[in-house]
Amino acid sequence: MKHLEEYRDAGQARRLAAEIRRVVTRPWAIMEVCGGQTHSIIRNGIDQLLPPEVEMIHGPGCPVCVTPLEVIDRALAIASDPRVIFCSFGDMLRVPGSRENLFAVKGRGGDVRVVYSPLDAVKLAREHPEREVVFLAIGFETTAPANAMAVKLARQAGLRNFSLLVSHVLVPPAIEAIMRSTGNRVNAFLAAGHVCSVMGTWQYPPLAARFHVPIVITGFEPLDLLDGIRRAVLQLERGHHEVENAYARVVCEQGNVPAQQVIAEVFTPTDRAWRGIGVIPGSGWRLSEAYRGFDAEERFAVAGIQTTESTLCRSGEVLKGTLKPNQCPAFGTQCTPRTPLGATMVSGEGACAAYYNAGRFLDPPARAGAS
Amino acid sequence: MCLAVPGQVESIHDENGTRMGRVNFGGVVKNVCLAYLPDIAVGDYTIVHVGFAISKIDEASARATLRTFEELGLLEEGLAELGGSDGQAT
Repeated sequence: MKHLEEYRDAGQARRLAAEIRRVVTRPWAIMEVCGGQTHSIIRNGIDQLLPPEVEMIHGPGCPVCVTPLEVIDRALAIASDPRVIFCSFGDMLRVPGSRENLFAVKGRGGDVRVVYSPLDAVKLAREHPEREVVFLAIGFETTAPANAMAVKLARQAGLRNFSLLVSHVLVPPAIEAIMRSTGNRVNAFLAAGHVCSVMGTWQYPPLAARFHVPIVITGFEPLDLLDGIRRAVLQLERGHHEVENAYARVVCEQGNVPAQQVIAEVFTPTDRAWRGIGVIPGSGWRLSEAYRGFDAEERFAVAGIQTTESTLCRSGEVLKGTLKPNQCPAFGTQCTPRTPLGATMVSGEGACAAYYNAGRFLDPPARAGAS
Repeated sequence: MCLAVPGQVESIHDENGTRMGRVNFGGVVKNVCLAYLPDIAVGDYTIVHVGFAISKIDEASARATLRTFEELGLLEEGLAELGGSDGQAT
Protein backbone atom coordinates (compact mmCIF):
# COMPACT_ATOMS: atom_id res chain seq x y z
CA MET A 1 0.00 0.00 0.00
CA LYS A 2 1.51 3.31 -1.12
CA HIS A 3 2.09 5.97 1.59
CA LEU A 4 2.24 3.24 4.23
CA GLU A 5 4.88 0.59 3.47
CA GLU A 6 7.61 3.20 2.81
CA TYR A 7 7.35 4.34 6.42
CA ARG A 8 7.76 0.86 7.92
CA ASP A 9 11.24 -0.07 6.68
CA ALA A 10 13.21 -1.77 9.48
CA GLY A 11 16.66 -0.82 8.17
CA GLN A 12 15.69 2.80 7.83
CA ALA A 13 14.20 2.70 11.34
CA ARG A 14 17.52 1.46 12.74
CA ARG A 15 19.35 4.23 10.92
CA LEU A 16 17.00 6.90 12.31
CA ALA A 17 17.47 5.46 15.80
CA ALA A 18 21.26 5.52 15.28
CA GLU A 19 21.02 9.17 14.29
CA ILE A 20 19.11 9.89 17.54
CA ARG A 21 21.84 8.07 19.49
CA ARG A 22 24.47 10.13 17.67
CA VAL A 23 22.98 13.51 18.59
CA VAL A 24 21.71 12.92 22.14
CA THR A 25 23.96 13.96 25.03
CA ARG A 26 21.54 14.33 27.97
CA PRO A 27 18.30 12.76 29.28
CA TRP A 28 15.09 14.06 27.73
CA ALA A 29 11.43 13.18 28.27
CA ILE A 30 9.25 13.44 25.18
CA MET A 31 5.47 13.08 25.32
CA GLU A 32 3.51 11.69 22.40
CA VAL A 33 0.08 13.24 22.90
CA CYS A 34 -1.97 10.88 20.75
CA GLY A 35 -3.07 7.41 21.80
CA GLY A 36 -2.67 6.21 18.22
CA GLN A 37 1.00 7.11 18.49
CA THR A 38 1.29 5.37 21.88
CA HIS A 39 -0.15 2.24 20.30
CA SER A 40 2.30 2.40 17.38
CA ILE A 41 5.31 3.12 19.63
CA ILE A 42 4.61 0.13 21.89
CA ARG A 43 3.50 -2.27 19.14
CA ASN A 44 6.55 -1.53 17.01
CA GLY A 45 8.96 -1.36 19.97
CA ILE A 46 10.03 2.16 19.00
CA ASP A 47 10.80 3.03 22.63
CA GLN A 48 13.14 0.02 22.81
CA LEU A 49 15.10 1.28 19.79
CA LEU A 50 15.81 4.59 21.51
CA PRO A 51 18.96 5.37 23.50
CA PRO A 52 18.49 5.29 27.30
CA GLU A 53 18.62 9.09 27.44
CA VAL A 54 15.30 9.41 25.56
CA GLU A 55 12.20 8.52 27.56
CA MET A 56 8.78 8.46 25.92
CA ILE A 57 5.94 9.64 28.18
CA HIS A 58 2.50 8.58 27.01
CA GLY A 59 -0.02 11.40 26.87
CA PRO A 60 -3.78 11.71 27.39
CA GLY A 61 -4.72 11.60 23.70
CA CYS A 62 -7.07 8.63 23.80
CA PRO A 63 -10.64 9.97 23.62
CA VAL A 64 -12.10 6.68 24.78
CA CYS A 65 -9.90 6.88 27.89
CA VAL A 66 -10.67 10.48 28.84
CA THR A 67 -14.43 10.50 28.19
CA PRO A 68 -15.73 11.38 31.66
CA LEU A 69 -17.61 8.87 33.76
CA GLU A 70 -20.69 11.15 33.78
CA VAL A 71 -20.91 10.85 30.00
CA ILE A 72 -20.52 7.06 30.09
CA ASP A 73 -23.27 6.81 32.72
CA ARG A 74 -25.53 9.09 30.64
CA ALA A 75 -24.82 6.93 27.59
CA LEU A 76 -25.80 3.84 29.59
CA ALA A 77 -29.05 5.48 30.74
CA ILE A 78 -29.97 6.62 27.23
CA ALA A 79 -29.04 3.28 25.67
CA SER A 80 -31.32 1.52 28.18
CA ASP A 81 -34.33 3.51 26.90
CA PRO A 82 -36.41 1.12 24.73
CA ARG A 83 -37.21 3.91 22.23
CA VAL A 84 -33.51 4.36 21.46
CA ILE A 85 -31.09 2.96 18.89
CA PHE A 86 -27.77 3.86 20.52
CA CYS A 87 -24.83 4.17 18.10
CA SER A 88 -21.17 4.27 19.08
CA PHE A 89 -17.67 3.57 17.84
CA GLY A 90 -16.77 0.02 18.91
CA ASP A 91 -14.10 1.00 21.46
CA MET A 92 -16.67 2.58 23.75
CA LEU A 93 -18.72 -0.56 24.40
CA ARG A 94 -16.40 -2.05 27.03
CA VAL A 95 -15.57 1.22 28.83
CA PRO A 96 -16.66 0.80 32.46
CA GLY A 97 -19.33 3.15 33.76
CA SER A 98 -20.18 3.39 37.46
CA ARG A 99 -21.93 0.00 37.44
CA GLU A 100 -21.79 -1.55 33.97
CA ASN A 101 -20.84 -0.92 30.33
CA LEU A 102 -22.67 -0.64 27.00
CA PHE A 103 -22.11 -4.34 26.29
CA ALA A 104 -24.14 -5.17 29.41
CA VAL A 105 -26.95 -2.90 28.21
CA LYS A 106 -26.82 -4.64 24.83
CA GLY A 107 -26.86 -8.04 26.59
CA ARG A 108 -30.07 -7.04 28.36
CA GLY A 109 -31.71 -6.34 25.02
CA GLY A 110 -30.77 -2.69 24.57
CA ASP A 111 -30.41 -1.66 20.94
CA VAL A 112 -26.72 -0.72 20.96
CA ARG A 113 -25.02 -0.65 17.56
CA VAL A 114 -21.40 -0.20 16.55
CA VAL A 115 -20.99 2.15 13.61
CA TYR A 116 -17.94 2.79 11.43
CA SER A 117 -18.92 6.38 10.63
CA PRO A 118 -21.37 8.87 12.19
CA LEU A 119 -23.05 8.94 8.77
CA ASP A 120 -24.16 5.34 9.46
CA ALA A 121 -26.10 6.67 12.46
CA VAL A 122 -27.77 9.35 10.31
CA LYS A 123 -28.76 6.61 7.86
CA LEU A 124 -30.32 4.60 10.71
CA ALA A 125 -32.32 7.66 11.78
CA ARG A 126 -33.61 8.06 8.23
CA GLU A 127 -34.56 4.36 8.04
CA HIS A 128 -36.21 4.24 11.49
CA PRO A 129 -38.35 7.38 11.88
CA GLU A 130 -40.27 5.70 14.74
CA ARG A 131 -37.09 5.31 16.86
CA GLU A 132 -34.77 7.83 18.55
CA VAL A 133 -31.24 7.41 17.15
CA VAL A 134 -28.50 8.70 19.47
CA PHE A 135 -24.84 8.86 18.45
CA LEU A 136 -22.07 9.00 21.08
CA ALA A 137 -19.95 11.78 19.58
CA ILE A 138 -16.52 11.50 21.18
CA GLY A 139 -13.10 12.26 19.81
CA PHE A 140 -10.41 14.84 19.32
CA GLU A 141 -10.29 17.44 16.55
CA THR A 142 -9.71 14.63 14.01
CA THR A 143 -13.20 13.19 14.54
CA ALA A 144 -15.03 16.51 14.91
CA PRO A 145 -15.48 17.18 11.16
CA ALA A 146 -17.25 13.82 10.74
CA ASN A 147 -19.48 14.27 13.78
CA ALA A 148 -20.25 17.88 12.83
CA MET A 149 -21.18 16.88 9.26
CA ALA A 150 -23.48 14.12 10.57
CA VAL A 151 -25.60 16.53 12.61
CA LYS A 152 -25.49 19.17 9.85
CA LEU A 153 -26.83 16.66 7.32
CA ALA A 154 -29.44 15.42 9.81
CA ARG A 155 -30.70 18.99 10.22
CA GLN A 156 -30.74 19.54 6.46
CA ALA A 157 -32.76 16.34 6.04
CA GLY A 158 -35.21 17.46 8.77
CA LEU A 159 -34.50 14.39 10.92
CA ARG A 160 -36.17 15.00 14.29
CA ASN A 161 -35.25 11.59 15.71
CA PHE A 162 -31.45 12.07 15.63
CA SER A 163 -29.32 13.45 18.45
CA LEU A 164 -25.73 13.46 19.70
CA LEU A 165 -24.29 12.80 23.14
CA VAL A 166 -21.20 15.00 22.75
CA SER A 167 -17.91 14.69 24.61
CA HIS A 168 -15.35 16.24 22.28
CA VAL A 169 -11.88 17.10 23.57
CA LEU A 170 -9.10 19.33 22.25
CA VAL A 171 -5.31 18.92 22.19
CA PRO A 172 -3.89 22.44 22.75
CA PRO A 173 -5.62 23.04 26.13
CA ALA A 174 -4.41 19.58 27.23
CA ILE A 175 -0.79 20.47 26.34
CA GLU A 176 -1.17 23.65 28.37
CA ALA A 177 -2.63 21.74 31.35
CA ILE A 178 0.25 19.23 31.25
CA MET A 179 2.88 21.97 31.13
CA ARG A 180 1.23 23.76 34.08
CA SER A 181 0.82 20.62 36.22
CA THR A 182 3.05 20.13 39.25
CA GLY A 183 5.75 17.53 38.74
CA ASN A 184 5.61 17.86 34.95
CA ARG A 185 8.71 16.32 33.34
CA VAL A 186 7.85 16.81 29.66
CA ASN A 187 10.67 18.47 27.68
CA ALA A 188 9.11 18.19 24.21
CA PHE A 189 5.88 17.11 22.52
CA LEU A 190 5.08 15.03 19.50
CA ALA A 191 1.82 16.67 18.39
CA ALA A 192 -0.89 14.48 16.91
CA GLY A 193 -0.59 14.45 13.13
CA HIS A 194 -4.21 13.78 12.29
CA VAL A 195 -5.53 16.41 14.70
CA CYS A 196 -3.27 18.86 12.85
CA SER A 197 -4.46 17.65 9.43
CA VAL A 198 -7.82 19.16 10.44
CA MET A 199 -6.74 22.12 12.59
CA GLY A 200 -3.38 23.00 10.99
CA THR A 201 -0.24 23.93 12.90
CA TRP A 202 -1.05 27.56 13.72
CA GLN A 203 -2.41 26.79 17.22
CA TYR A 204 0.96 25.55 18.49
CA PRO A 205 3.61 28.32 18.15
CA PRO A 206 2.13 30.31 21.11
CA LEU A 207 2.36 27.14 23.29
CA ALA A 208 5.94 26.41 22.20
CA ALA A 209 6.94 30.01 22.95
CA ARG A 210 5.14 30.29 26.31
CA PHE A 211 6.46 27.04 27.75
CA HIS A 212 9.81 26.91 25.90
CA VAL A 213 8.92 23.45 24.63
CA PRO A 214 9.61 22.02 21.16
CA ILE A 215 6.45 20.70 19.46
CA VAL A 216 6.93 18.38 16.49
CA ILE A 217 3.86 17.49 14.41
CA THR A 218 4.32 13.76 13.89
CA GLY A 219 2.72 10.90 11.95
CA PHE A 220 1.93 7.37 13.06
CA GLU A 221 4.15 4.94 11.16
CA PRO A 222 7.45 3.79 12.71
CA LEU A 223 9.66 6.04 10.56
CA ASP A 224 7.33 9.01 11.12
CA LEU A 225 7.59 8.54 14.88
CA LEU A 226 11.36 8.09 14.86
CA ASP A 227 11.76 11.19 12.70
CA GLY A 228 9.50 13.18 15.07
CA ILE A 229 11.60 12.03 18.03
CA ARG A 230 14.85 12.79 16.14
CA ARG A 231 13.70 16.34 15.39
CA ALA A 232 12.55 16.89 18.99
CA VAL A 233 15.91 15.68 20.36
CA LEU A 234 17.82 17.89 17.90
CA GLN A 235 15.83 20.93 19.05
CA LEU A 236 16.33 20.06 22.73
CA GLU A 237 20.08 19.57 22.28
CA ARG A 238 20.32 22.94 20.52
CA GLY A 239 18.12 24.75 23.07
CA HIS A 240 15.42 25.52 20.50
CA HIS A 241 11.66 25.47 21.11
CA GLU A 242 9.92 25.68 17.78
CA VAL A 243 6.95 24.08 16.06
CA GLU A 244 8.19 21.73 13.38
CA ASN A 245 6.13 19.73 10.89
CA ALA A 246 7.47 16.19 10.45
CA TYR A 247 4.24 15.06 8.74
CA ALA A 248 4.16 17.49 5.82
CA ARG A 249 2.64 14.99 3.38
CA VAL A 250 -0.59 15.16 5.38
CA VAL A 251 -0.46 18.37 7.46
CA CYS A 252 -0.30 21.97 6.20
CA GLU A 253 -0.16 25.15 8.27
CA GLN A 254 -3.79 26.22 7.79
CA GLY A 255 -5.26 22.71 8.11
CA ASN A 256 -8.55 21.73 6.47
CA VAL A 257 -10.39 25.06 6.24
CA PRO A 258 -13.79 23.74 5.06
CA ALA A 259 -13.76 21.30 8.02
CA GLN A 260 -12.88 24.08 10.45
CA GLN A 261 -15.82 26.14 9.09
CA VAL A 262 -18.34 23.34 9.68
CA ILE A 263 -16.89 22.69 13.16
CA ALA A 264 -17.30 26.41 13.99
CA GLU A 265 -20.92 26.28 12.83
CA VAL A 266 -21.90 23.13 14.74
CA PHE A 267 -19.74 23.24 17.88
CA THR A 268 -18.80 25.83 20.47
CA PRO A 269 -15.92 25.66 23.00
CA THR A 270 -16.71 24.51 26.53
CA ASP A 271 -14.90 23.45 29.71
CA ARG A 272 -14.58 19.67 29.69
CA ALA A 273 -13.88 17.10 32.41
CA TRP A 274 -11.26 14.50 31.39
CA ARG A 275 -11.62 11.13 33.09
CA GLY A 276 -8.81 10.65 35.60
CA ILE A 277 -7.54 14.19 35.10
CA GLY A 278 -10.34 16.63 35.94
CA VAL A 279 -11.78 19.72 34.30
CA ILE A 280 -9.55 21.51 31.80
CA PRO A 281 -10.87 24.98 30.89
CA GLY A 282 -11.88 25.43 27.25
CA SER A 283 -10.77 21.88 26.41
CA GLY A 284 -13.90 20.63 24.67
CA TRP A 285 -16.61 21.31 22.17
CA ARG A 286 -20.38 21.10 22.70
CA LEU A 287 -23.17 21.72 20.23
CA SER A 288 -23.63 25.40 19.33
CA GLU A 289 -26.92 27.26 19.99
CA ALA A 290 -28.06 26.60 16.42
CA TYR A 291 -27.72 22.82 16.97
CA ARG A 292 -28.74 22.58 20.65
CA GLY A 293 -31.98 20.86 19.61
CA PHE A 294 -29.82 17.84 18.64
CA ASP A 295 -28.27 17.52 22.12
CA ALA A 296 -29.17 14.12 23.59
CA GLU A 297 -28.43 15.35 27.14
CA GLU A 298 -31.33 17.81 26.84
CA ARG A 299 -33.62 15.43 24.99
CA PHE A 300 -33.25 12.63 27.56
CA ALA A 301 -32.87 14.59 30.84
CA VAL A 302 -29.90 12.60 32.13
CA ALA A 303 -28.03 15.39 33.93
CA GLY A 304 -28.65 14.26 37.52
CA ILE A 305 -26.91 10.84 37.45
CA GLN A 306 -24.55 10.13 40.37
CA THR A 307 -21.23 8.49 39.44
CA THR A 308 -18.86 6.16 41.31
CA GLU A 309 -15.29 5.70 40.07
CA SER A 310 -13.10 2.64 40.83
CA THR A 311 -10.84 3.31 43.80
CA LEU A 312 -8.12 0.94 42.50
CA CYS A 313 -7.69 2.51 39.07
CA ARG A 314 -4.77 4.94 38.70
CA SER A 315 -5.40 5.80 35.06
CA GLY A 316 -5.33 9.52 35.88
CA GLU A 317 -1.62 9.26 36.68
CA VAL A 318 -1.04 7.18 33.55
CA LEU A 319 -2.85 9.77 31.41
CA LYS A 320 -0.77 12.59 32.88
CA GLY A 321 2.43 10.62 32.24
CA THR A 322 3.44 10.39 35.91
CA LEU A 323 2.93 6.60 36.16
CA LYS A 324 3.82 3.92 33.61
CA PRO A 325 1.02 1.35 33.19
CA ASN A 326 3.14 -1.53 34.51
CA GLN A 327 3.95 0.46 37.65
CA CYS A 328 0.28 0.26 38.73
CA PRO A 329 -0.34 -2.50 41.32
CA ALA A 330 -3.58 -3.52 39.60
CA PHE A 331 -1.95 -3.85 36.13
CA GLY A 332 -2.31 -7.36 34.75
CA THR A 333 -3.85 -8.65 38.00
CA GLN A 334 -7.21 -7.06 38.92
CA CYS A 335 -7.08 -5.03 35.71
CA THR A 336 -6.79 -6.68 32.28
CA PRO A 337 -8.43 -5.95 28.91
CA ARG A 338 -11.09 -8.55 29.82
CA THR A 339 -11.73 -7.01 33.24
CA PRO A 340 -10.73 -3.35 32.85
CA LEU A 341 -10.93 -1.10 35.89
CA GLY A 342 -10.38 1.98 33.78
CA ALA A 343 -10.73 3.05 30.18
CA THR A 344 -6.96 3.09 29.55
CA MET A 345 -7.10 -0.74 29.73
CA VAL A 346 -10.01 -0.88 27.24
CA SER A 347 -9.04 0.98 24.13
CA GLY A 348 -6.20 -0.35 21.99
CA GLU A 349 -4.88 3.20 22.16
CA GLY A 350 -5.00 3.36 25.93
CA ALA A 351 -1.50 3.12 27.37
CA CYS A 352 -2.47 0.28 29.76
CA ALA A 353 -3.97 -1.89 27.00
CA ALA A 354 -1.02 -1.12 24.71
CA TYR A 355 1.41 -2.32 27.41
CA TYR A 356 -0.70 -5.38 28.23
CA ASN A 357 -1.10 -6.45 24.60
CA ALA A 358 2.63 -6.05 23.95
CA GLY A 359 3.51 -8.13 27.04
CA ARG A 360 5.16 -5.22 28.86
CA PHE A 361 4.45 -6.60 32.31
CA LEU A 362 7.69 -5.57 34.00
CA ASP A 363 8.60 -2.07 34.95
CA PRO A 364 11.82 -1.29 33.05
CA PRO A 365 14.95 -0.45 35.06
CA ALA A 366 15.34 3.23 35.92
CA ARG A 367 16.35 5.22 32.88
CA ALA A 368 19.27 7.62 32.81
CA GLY A 369 18.31 10.77 34.68
CA ALA A 370 14.75 9.68 35.42
CA SER A 371 13.62 10.59 38.91
CA MET B 1 -9.28 6.66 17.72
CA CYS B 2 -7.49 9.19 15.51
CA LEU B 3 -6.45 6.31 13.31
CA ALA B 4 -6.68 7.44 9.72
CA VAL B 5 -5.46 5.46 6.74
CA PRO B 6 -4.30 6.42 3.26
CA GLY B 7 -6.39 5.37 0.28
CA GLN B 8 -6.69 6.23 -3.40
CA VAL B 9 -9.81 7.89 -4.82
CA GLU B 10 -11.29 5.63 -7.54
CA SER B 11 -14.45 7.56 -8.37
CA ILE B 12 -16.49 10.54 -7.19
CA HIS B 13 -20.28 10.79 -7.00
CA ASP B 14 -23.10 12.77 -5.39
CA GLU B 15 -25.30 11.35 -2.61
CA ASN B 16 -28.27 13.54 -1.56
CA GLY B 17 -26.22 16.64 -2.40
CA THR B 18 -23.07 15.47 -0.55
CA ARG B 19 -19.77 14.83 -2.37
CA MET B 20 -18.85 11.17 -1.87
CA GLY B 21 -16.25 8.87 -3.40
CA ARG B 22 -15.12 5.25 -3.67
CA VAL B 23 -11.72 5.00 -1.99
CA ASN B 24 -9.40 2.00 -2.33
CA PHE B 25 -7.40 0.97 0.75
CA GLY B 26 -4.97 -1.64 -0.55
CA GLY B 27 -7.78 -3.61 -2.21
CA VAL B 28 -10.65 -2.82 0.17
CA VAL B 29 -12.98 -0.22 -1.38
CA LYS B 30 -15.16 1.97 0.84
CA ASN B 31 -17.70 4.73 0.35
CA VAL B 32 -16.14 7.89 1.79
CA CYS B 33 -17.41 11.45 2.30
CA LEU B 34 -15.29 13.90 0.27
CA ALA B 35 -17.19 17.05 1.32
CA TYR B 36 -14.14 18.45 3.12
CA LEU B 37 -11.80 18.09 0.14
CA PRO B 38 -13.51 20.02 -2.66
CA ASP B 39 -10.38 19.88 -4.86
CA ILE B 40 -9.59 16.17 -4.62
CA ALA B 41 -9.63 14.25 -7.91
CA VAL B 42 -9.74 10.64 -9.05
CA GLY B 43 -6.27 9.09 -8.61
CA ASP B 44 -5.32 11.29 -5.62
CA TYR B 45 -4.41 9.74 -2.27
CA THR B 46 -6.24 10.88 0.82
CA ILE B 47 -6.20 10.22 4.57
CA VAL B 48 -9.58 8.85 5.72
CA HIS B 49 -10.94 8.90 9.28
CA VAL B 50 -14.35 7.42 10.29
CA GLY B 51 -15.62 7.60 6.71
CA PHE B 52 -14.39 11.12 5.97
CA ALA B 53 -11.47 12.21 3.79
CA ILE B 54 -9.71 14.85 5.90
CA SER B 55 -6.48 15.51 4.02
CA LYS B 56 -5.07 15.06 0.54
CA ILE B 57 -1.62 13.48 0.62
CA ASP B 58 0.95 15.84 -0.86
CA GLU B 59 3.14 13.71 -3.14
CA ALA B 60 6.03 16.22 -3.28
CA SER B 61 6.19 16.38 0.55
CA ALA B 62 6.10 12.58 0.76
CA ARG B 63 9.05 12.34 -1.66
CA ALA B 64 10.98 15.02 0.27
CA THR B 65 10.48 13.16 3.58
CA LEU B 66 11.66 9.85 2.11
CA ARG B 67 14.68 11.61 0.56
CA THR B 68 15.58 13.03 4.00
CA PHE B 69 15.47 9.52 5.48
CA GLU B 70 17.74 8.22 2.72
CA GLU B 71 20.22 11.04 3.22
CA LEU B 72 20.32 10.36 6.96
CA GLY B 73 20.91 6.70 6.16
CA LEU B 74 23.86 7.58 3.92
CA LEU B 75 25.23 9.83 6.65
CA GLU B 76 24.99 7.02 9.20
CA GLU B 77 26.71 4.56 6.89
CA GLY B 78 29.48 7.10 6.25
CA LEU B 79 30.00 7.60 9.96
CA ALA B 80 30.02 3.87 10.60
CA GLU B 81 32.75 3.40 7.97
CA LEU B 82 34.78 6.13 9.67
CA GLY B 83 34.30 4.31 12.98
CA GLY B 84 32.13 7.25 14.01
CA SER B 85 29.99 7.96 17.02
CA ASP B 86 27.52 5.13 16.49
CA GLY B 87 29.81 2.67 18.24
CA GLN B 88 28.49 3.35 21.72
CA ALA B 89 28.07 0.15 23.74
CA THR B 90 24.69 -0.39 25.30
